[in-house]
Amino acid sequence: MSATTPAIAPAPETGPPPRRRDRRRVEPIYYLFLLPTVILFTLAITLPGVMGIFFSFTDSIGIGEWSFHGLTNYLALFSDPAVIQSYLFTFGFSIATVIVVNVIAFLLAIGLTSRIRMKTALRTVFVIPMVISGIVIAYVFNFLFSNSLPAAGAAMGVPWLSTSLLANPDLAWVAIVIVTAWQSIPGTLLIYIAGLLSVPGEVYEAADIDGASKTQQLTRITIPLVAGYVVINVILGFKGFLNAYDIIVGLTNGGPGTATRSVAMTIIAGFNGGDYAYQMANATIFFIVAVLISLLQLSLTRGRSAF
Amino acid sequence: MSEVPTTTATTVTGGRGRVGAERINWPGTILLILCAVTVLLPLYATISMALKTPAQAVDGNAFSLPAPLSFDGFVEAWNLTRFPVGAGVSLLVTAGTVTATILLAAFASYAIVRNWDHRLFRYSFFYLLAAMFIPFPVVALPQIQLTGRVGLDNPAGVIILATMFQLSFSVLLFTAFLRSIPIELEESARIDGATTWQTFWQLIFPLLAPMSATVGIFAFLYAWNDFMMPSLIISDPDLQTLPVRQNLFQNQFSSNYNVAFASYLMAMAPAIIAYLFTQRWVMEGVTQGAVKG
Repeated sequence: MSATTPAIAPAPETGPPPRRRDRRRVEPIYYLFLLPTVILFTLAITLPGVMGIFFSFTDSIGIGEWSFHGLTNYLALFSDPAVIQSYLFTFGFSIATVIVVNVIAFLLAIGLTSRIRMKTALRTVFVIPMVISGIVIAYVFNFLFSNSLPAAGAAMGVPWLSTSLLANPDLAWVAIVIVTAWQSIPGTLLIYIAGLLSVPGEVYEAADIDGASKTQQLTRITIPLVAGYVVINVILGFKGFLNAYDIIVGLTNGGPGTATRSVAMTIIAGFNGGDYAYQMANATIFFIVAVLISLLQLSLTRGRSAF
Repeated sequence: MSEVPTTTATTVTGGRGRVGAERINWPGTILLILCAVTVLLPLYATISMALKTPAQAVDGNAFSLPAPLSFDGFVEAWNLTRFPVGAGVSLLVTAGTVTATILLAAFASYAIVRNWDHRLFRYSFFYLLAAMFIPFPVVALPQIQLTGRVGLDNPAGVIILATMFQLSFSVLLFTAFLRSIPIELEESARIDGATTWQTFWQLIFPLLAPMSATVGIFAFLYAWNDFMMPSLIISDPDLQTLPVRQNLFQNQFSSNYNVAFASYLMAMAPAIIAYLFTQRWVMEGVTQGAVKG
């Protein structure tokens, strides 16, 4: 705007600021504000991204010589049971966690915005998991699942509980969902609280006068009015859970066997396993998946009044 | 569900003025307290395990009270994980990431908003924003290679990468906020002869404070708690952050459970304490960031 050229700034004292379609000179300091960041960003993210895509078409092992390999890596990916399993696990885990997290967070938010005692203290407690490191709390739960719970199960004489949940290939994912939900509920909860508080109280008063039951008010008023918040929570949560790594490393490290190996873990394993180029092809596919989900997010949130 | 009885009171007392409707929802309160206990149980287990003797810790019951109280676990964990070094690195990485994210994003956003009519600045905005599509695992392998090659396989490298991954979200928040600041405010500063540099520091940056708090809180939570990036980027185990150091106990997990839990507790405590003192900002910041971002 005219602000950038102090000498002329006082001139347009009346009327709206003039339209900026002219080739105004940019004050050099603005380049100084912007360009170092853009360059650093290019070196830190764009360059590695381009390198990764490039090497996904080679047979590189990360160092030394390499040659072009065409689409071999990509074709191999689609018939690799380990890779397919990691995608199935990651998607299944993400969907389950999104549902668990959103249902619990929504119910808690309704509770925390109703007329209860100790509102502030309860809210403080519910947000604590958000500030705890995922890997550390996973180590804590790891002990509880593999020692305390089986001990309690044995004492109560419940056979399926007396072995570690984490050692069971069919149930280990449940433990991962529990811990991830434990840690992710606070963020989702805060957004739902904001959503519920944004609904004006008069709406409910009017509904009361019209004789709407509480269930009707929940399904006909509350849920439609906070639908935008539901969409944002579901998409943001899903995107986050797809990258699951820390908590799984702390709980099962992908085991038993490879039952709980996420896509992120599979990609990272390529660095030490000599599968560099192959896992870069995997990462490229994973990137495309992430982009598709983000595009879905944009198309769903566009035009919502809540945002 | 739980809120049903309370709101019914509104109807009974005649709705309109909510004065008569202040009946407390006791079933809801009790239910929420029970849920809060679930949240606190793992933390209680951590504290109780940390205070046990090795002999008591080994029986697997994490919820029994420590008897007798033993602080040996903390001493051993302190020495074993070289806690002061780990805490120092974590603090450095966190402070560096928070500062760099706020400053770089604020600079860039200011330049972008004030020069929106120039293609370079407009495109830069979309370019920086595009990083929201890129999760860390996708670019992790080449980043490990590159940081290793240029000598950034250390906490400094983590600061740079973490900042860059926070950038798109932060720029989005800052630019939205900057667009809402009336230009007249800035023009009057210009008339008084302030340069762009002075205007930024004396007028714009203070105005950005609430957004900086939000951006800073997200950067803090990410940098302090992250395991994946430092564990992959920092090659010297002695320069690792606190969360990564905890994997020490996964290898020698045999009999020193109390030491492991003392160490976990020391790794968690700083963030929890910081949160308890700043909780209002944290809650507002997270809400604002998620709803606007």
